[in-house]
Amino acid sequence: MSFKTLMVAVSATAMIAAGASAETLRWARAGDSLTLDPHAQNEGPTSTFAHQIMETLVMRDHSGALVPSLATEWAPSEENPNVWVFKLREGVTFHDGAEFDSEDVVFSLNRAMTPDSDYKELLASVKEVRAPDKYTIEIETDGPNPIMPNNLTNMFMMDKGWAEANNAVKVQDYEGGEDTFAAKNANGTGPYKLVSREPDVKTVLTANENYWGKDEFPLEVTEIIYTPIQNAATRVAALLSGEVDFIQDVPVQDLERVAGTDGLDVRTAPQNRVIFFGMNMGDADLGSDSVDGANPLADVRVRQAMSKAINRDAIKQVVMRGQSAPAGMIAPPFVNGWDEGMDASSTTDLEAAKALMAEAGYPDGFTLTLNCPNDRYINDEAICQAAVGMLAQIGITVNLDAKPKAQHFPLLSNLETDFYMLGWGVPTYDSEYIFNFLVHTKGEKYGSWNATRYNNPDLDAKIVALASETDLPARDQQIAEIWQVVQDEQLYIPIHHQVLNWGMKSGVGTIVEPEDSPKIKYFTMQ
Amino acid sequence: MFAYIVRRMFQSVIVLLVVGLVAFSMFRFVGDPIDNMLGQERTQADIDRLRTELGLDQPFVVQYAKFLRGAVQGNFGVSYRQGRPVSTIIAERAPATLELAFVSGFLAITMGIALGVFTAIRRQGIAANVIMTVSLIGVSLPTFLIGILLIYVFSVELDLLPSFGRGETVMIGNWSTGFLTASGLKALILPAITLGLYQMTLIMRLVRSEMLEVLRADYVRFARARGLSDRVINFRHALKNTLVPVITITGLQLGSIIAFAIITETVFQWPGVGLLFINAIQFVDIPVMAAYLMLISVMFVTINLIVDLLYYAIDPRLRVDARAT
Repeated sequence: MSFKTLMVAVSATAMIAAGASAETLRWARAGDSLTLDPHAQNEGPTSTFAHQIMETLVMRDHSGALVPSLATEWAPSEENPNVWVFKLREGVTFHDGAEFDSEDVVFSLNRAMTPDSDYKELLASVKEVRAPDKYTIEIETDGPNPIMPNNLTNMFMMDKGWAEANNAVKVQDYEGGEDTFAAKNANGTGPYKLVSREPDVKTVLTANENYWGKDEFPLEVTEIIYTPIQNAATRVAALLSGEVDFIQDVPVQDLERVAGTDGLDVRTAPQNRVIFFGMNMGDADLGSDSVDGANPLADVRVRQAMSKAINRDAIKQVVMRGQSAPAGMIAPPFVNGWDEGMDASSTTDLEAAKALMAEAGYPDGFTLTLNCPNDRYINDEAICQAAVGMLAQIGITVNLDAKPKAQHFPLLSNLETDFYMLGWGVPTYDSEYIFNFLVHTKGEKYGSWNATRYNNPDLDAKIVALASETDLPARDQQIAEIWQVVQDEQLYIPIHHQVLNWGMKSGVGTIVEPEDSPKIKYFTMQ
Repeated sequence: MFAYIVRRMFQSVIVLLVVGLVAFSMFRFVGDPIDNMLGQERTQADIDRLRTELGLDQPFVVQYAKFLRGAVQGNFGVSYRQGRPVSTIIAERAPATLELAFVSGFLAITMGIALGVFTAIRRQGIAANVIMTVSLIGVSLPTFLIGILLIYVFSVELDLLPSFGRGETVMIGNWSTGFLTASGLKALILPAITLGLYQMTLIMRLVRSEMLEVLRADYVRFARARGLSDRVINFRHALKNTLVPVITITGLQLGSIIAFAIITETVFQWPGVGLLFINAIQFVDIPVMAAYLMLISVMFVTINLIVDLLYYAIDPRLRVDARAT
């Protein structure tokens, strides 16, 4: 049998197995899912992959709106404002045939709250999860939590019986040292079932014949072959040569090449990620600057001058090849609290910037070190290089220190940087998430990504109070007030919102999701 | 003899220990794994807890001692990135790298010797000069560029060979092989050429210059005077005497083919230990990095040990020295 006839035979067998319309989607992106254990790693490629196999109570559609998934409806309890009630979908089964009910939800949420879980912060306010009956769930929080459902969009449901039978009750823990069953196997309710998995090499999924949403979603892809391809040039070559059908993370310099190739398309959409600079404004003196005995960044006029010196349009045109949206606030446009006026507020004005510098007492500028990652965001190092040149125009001599992310981010957690680049995505689509991590004073529980040393107890109190404000209009008002302070203080220098690029065969139909998290059940194939 | 072997073994162990110590003292400069391991929603408390749990708050000497204690029992710890035992992961990945290294080593030796002999015999020919010129590319172009060029020509433009991966593999016991399927063999071609090109040109140039030397030797001239055919002179007498230094170099190069497959594996997404190592560096997966570096140093130390022992067997002067001291 020649190779070709063998291939025909193989694909014919596959057709028979999968019904009349067998469509395989060969999908590649830079990284692999780190683990199939749904609560062990809160990381983009890992949860994106889990979404194909497992499901959450609520999920987001393409526009970012919350839509029903395993829960059909949800609302705060009428008797107790601290309780959210979820009605579960009936008649749903796991891949192994076990029935999905409230017992599994209680188990999964409790599992996600254990110390080894990477999702426990999102459930930090949860006091108890109860199952009054087979298809109802009550989540009690330690105070009213108006955005509880927003925190559940990556909270995957496991089968309690399966976990117990396979010694997977505990979240995978690194110290334990043993290979956990749940890291390599999965039993979800989702549209695709796991067929085989070789970490970092290839994972094969096949359509779940008994999926509850068979009639609701296109589900035209019947088989998924997922291969991580780390090297960007190789990934693009694989798409160009037709070895894969769909790639994420198309490098900006290859966009035209892909879009200009017959039979291939690039789809673009704004991403849920904003890129900005942070500054050490809290310390009395900086270690990395040329000014002795004072901290120039403590002066809001200096921070404003720096923001005015950055030409975001030039960065967009030259560094990003048009693939970015200049930003004026550190919230992506999908997020509750985003304000069009604020996001358009960043202007370039060198004269005003120089005047502000002079007013602040630094007419001749000063020297500063900028810490920048070089393997985390799109063209991160090039953006920093551009900023160095722009800041030099108002007399600030910036020494660029670009490092791999594994070395860059510890500088932020250890407060060893005075001027740094950071990018931020908002999975809850609510400003509170931004405030908790980036605005609140750095402490044990809040502000873990805030390396500005900003300390404003009044603002901190307002941020903490957001968590239990159930009156949504009043809450939005408070969010707007907090944003006003953040903007007035020029706490951060926003640069731009990243743009997502997916490359695919022209026959593949999909809408690019701002989370960079494709859900294959929505894909159509022609 | 026995004392010599023991002394050499002892020295090898010291080399290994020093390599490990240097590696561990370097890991702190690679970065901090904590940020990669915890999600965006981590608090300072999480960071501190995980750091203590993994023992990363301890001085590197203590971490190294802990690693050694596990390593002598065959336990290299659990990968931070994959959450699975490092020994299992390396065992899974090793066949891919070894098969690639074997094929490219084989290509390099056969092609290198054949072309070397050819260019030596037809020293003035056009073909030989073209080969010599082209071989400069093999020595001077970086591996990743050759890989990308091959992908561009043979995958994107000509659509002949796969640009990434190993194709279909077949499991034989614990060994996954790509030798038994058509797609597996096709997938081997480009990475094997990329990885072996440098070694091939090296061997070719070595064979050529040795061969030219030998062809000028008296016994070749004598053979010619005896009226032996060119074939017999070139291949029976000249080539055989050329091969002694070639074998020495090839042995050492085989080690570096395995050790430096990293770049080729990254370009072709070849699922071997080199790609594993690159991923480990980016993630600061200390257990994997440590195990890989130890493994590579064990390999080199073993090769050197064997070479030393062979010298001892071959060269009587070493024996005399050993007795004198």
